Amino acid sequence: MIRHLKILEHALSTIVRRKYKNFAVIVVYSFTIMVLASILFLSHSLKTEAANILSQAPDLIVQRTMAGRHELVPENYVEVIKGNRGVGKITPRYWGYYYDALTGSNYTILGVTGALPEMEMVEGALPSRSGECVVGEGVARARRIGVGDELILVNSQGLGQVFEVAGKFTAASDILTNDLIILGERDVIDFFGFPQGRATDITVEIRNPSEVQNIAGRIKRDLPDARPITKQEIIRTYDAVFNWRSGMMLTIFSAALVSFCILAWDKATGLSGEEKSEIGILKAIGWDTSDILELKFWEGLVISLTSFLLGLIAAFVHVFYFGATILAPVIKGWSVLFPSFKLIPFVNLYQVFVIGFLTVIPYIASTVIPSWKAAIADPESVMRS
Amino acid sequence: MILHPGIMALLLGSVIVALMLLYASAMGVKILLQWDFQSSSAGQLALERRTCLISTLISYAFGFVVLSGFLYVYTVDDIHQLFVGAMCAVGSLNANPIGWYVLWTKIGSFFLAAVWLALNYFDQRAEDFPLVKLKYIFLLLVVPVVFLDLYYESMYFLGLHPEIITSCCGSLFADSGSAVAGSLAGLPVKPMMGVFYLFLLLHSGAGILCLLTQATVFRYALSLLSLLFFFVAMAAIISYISLYIYELPTHHCPFDILQKEYHFIGYPLYTTLFLGVLYGLFPGLFQPLKRLASLREEVKRAERIWVALSMLALTVFALLSSWPVWFGNLTMQGYY
Repeated sequence: MIRHLKILEHALSTIVRRKYKNFAVIVVYSFTIMVLASILFLSHSLKTEAANILSQAPDLIVQRTMAGRHELVPENYVEVIKGNRGVGKITPRYWGYYYDALTGSNYTILGVTGALPEMEMVEGALPSRSGECVVGEGVARARRIGVGDELILVNSQGLGQVFEVAGKFTAASDILTNDLIILGERDVIDFFGFPQGRATDITVEIRNPSEVQNIAGRIKRDLPDARPITKQEIIRTYDAVFNWRSGMMLTIFSAALVSFCILAWDKATGLSGEEKSEIGILKAIGWDTSDILELKFWEGLVISLTSFLLGLIAAFVHVFYFGATILAPVIKGWSVLFPSFKLIPFVNLYQVFVIGFLTVIPYIASTVIPSWKAAIADPESVMRS
Repeated sequence: MILHPGIMALLLGSVIVALMLLYASAMGVKILLQWDFQSSSAGQLALERRTCLISTLISYAFGFVVLSGFLYVYTVDDIHQLFVGAMCAVGSLNANPIGWYVLWTKIGSFFLAAVWLALNYFDQRAEDFPLVKLKYIFLLLVVPVVFLDLYYESMYFLGLHPEIITSCCGSLFADSGSAVAGSLAGLPVKPMMGVFYLFLLLHSGAGILCLLTQATVFRYALSLLSLLFFFVAMAAIISYISLYIYELPTHHCPFDILQKEYHFIGYPLYTTLFLGVLYGLFPGLFQPLKRLASLREEVKRAERIWVALSMLALTVFALLSSWPVWFGNLTMQGYY
C-alpha cells in the first residue's frame, strides 16, 4: 500500500515539475469535458423542467382531426366521453394562436371561466367581465403595457378590439405564461369567430392513472376522428426529443473529443530528452517496467480527475449561472417571445458517469501504448543519449 | 435510439474495449507462436516486455467492462420511460429481446475477465512466466465474448424504437407467467428462505474448513457451492427478497430494486453477490496451479484471501437481503 502511495507521490511531483506541459493538457481536457457536460446538464435540466410542468397537465387531451389536420371539436363529444367509467371532470377548452404583426411575435390566447387553480402568480386580477384580459410577462414587455393599460388586438373580422389589462403574470411563471393572453371564454369565442358549439380541444381528468391508456382507446373507438393524447405520451416525447438533441450535440462534439485524444496521444509519445533520461535513471536504480507503468497510470489518473472536476465545475457554472449561453438555442428551441427562465440545478451520478465514460476512457486508452513505450526504454542507451 | 447520451457512452466504451482487446490478442498470438523462455534472444526480450503492455491493456479493458456493466443496467433502466407499458429495465429489454443477450454476455465477460486477471497475477508473480501460454489461449476465448457483447449491444440499441408497446415486468414476473421467470416467482416463500439460508450456511462452513485445513476437497466444494449459491440467490431474489424490498406480496421483479425508489439497494446487493460468488469460485478453479512448484505458495496465500473475501461479501449480501425480511414493514404470515 505504502509503495503505491510513494509512486503516487512521485507522480505528483513529476506533474508539478512539468507544469506547463501538463497545464496545457489539463486546459484542453477540462474544456472538452466542460462542453460535453454542459450538453448533458442542460438537456437534463430541461427534461426535469418539462416533466415538472407537465405533471400539472391534464391526464388526457382529446383533439379532433379531419383530413389529417387538426380540427375544432364539437362540444357534444363531452357527452360521449362522459359515458366512460373512471372519467372525472371534462372541460372543453377555447384557445388559439394570434400573430401580432406589430411586434412580429406569436401569442397564445386562452379563454377561461372561473378561477385557474395553478395560476396564482398574477399581479392584479383574472378577467371578471367581458373586455378584460391578463397578459404574460413577454406580451407585456413586447407591447409595453401594464395593469390598467389597454391591449388592442385585431379579431377575425379584421376589426381592432380593445381589452383592458386586469392583471399580469409574474416573471416566476414565465415558462408557462410568457406569451399568454387570458380572456373570458365568451370573448375568445367571439374574437376568433369559433362556429357555434365548437371548442379547440377537450381535457379529460382520469381518476386512476393506470386507466388512462384504456380510456384513450375507448374514446378512439367511440369517436373515430378523435385524437386522444395522454400526458405520458407528451412527457415521453419531450424526453426523447431532449435525448435526441443532446445526443446530436454530443455527436457533433465528438470531433473535438477525437482531436483531444490525438493531442493526448501526441503529448504522451513526444517525451523530452529530460523525461527519457529520468525514466532511464529510475530504471537504473531498480524500478521495474511495471513500476514505471504504474507511475504513468497515476499521472494519467491525477490529470484526468483534475480536469474532470474542473470541467464539471465549469459546466455547472456555465449552465446554471450563465444559462448555458452558448448551447441554449440549439437544445432549448427558439421563438421570438422565448421565455427566460432559470434552469434548476440538477446533477445526478448517472450523468457524471456518462461524462466520465465519454472522456476519461478515451483518454486512458490513447495514453496506454505511449506510456508503455516510455516504460520499456533501455536505461543505458537512454542515459547515454 | 442511438442518440441517447448513455447509449453513446456505452457504445464508445465497448468499441474501445474491443479495439484494445483486438490489439492485445494479436500480440497474444505472436507470443503464443514465438515464446521460448529458455532463449535469451532480442526477440524473446521484446516479447517479455510486450506481455507487460498486454496485461496493462487488458486490465484497463476489463476495468471498463465492469463499469460498462453498471452503466448498461442503469441506462436500460433509465430508458424504460420511452416505452409504453414498460415500468423498469425488463420493459426496455423486452422492447428488443437482444437486450437480454447483452446482459448475459456482460455477466459472462465479467467472470471470464476476472479469471484472466487472476491468471495474469500469478503469472507475473512467478519468476519463470509459467502461465504465459495458458493465459493467452484463454484470452483468445475471452475476446469473442467481448466482440459478441459489442455486436449484441449495437443490435439492441439500433433496434430499439421508442413508443412501441412492450409488456412490463408485471406480466413477465407474475405468478402465472410462463417460462423460467414465472416458475421462479411461484416458488413458495418459506421453503425458499430455508434453502437460501441452508446454502449460505453450507458455503460458510466450507469456507471455514478451507481456512482451517489444506484439504483439496473443501476447495472444490466451496467452488461448487458458490456456483449453486449464485442460482439459489437469484431464485431467492425473485421469489421472496424482492417482495420484502417492495413491500408488495405480488411484485417479483429483480430489476426494480435498482431504482431510486428503493434506494438503489440492488447495486450493493448484486455487487456483493457477484464478488462473493467470484471469489468463491477461484479456490477450486485454481487448484491445478498448485502443481506448479513456482506458484504453490503464492496460490495458497491468495486462496486464504479469496475465501475470506468470498465469505465477507456473501455475509454482507445476506445481511442486505435479510434486513427487509426481518425489520421491514411487510409480513408474509398469510402467504406461508
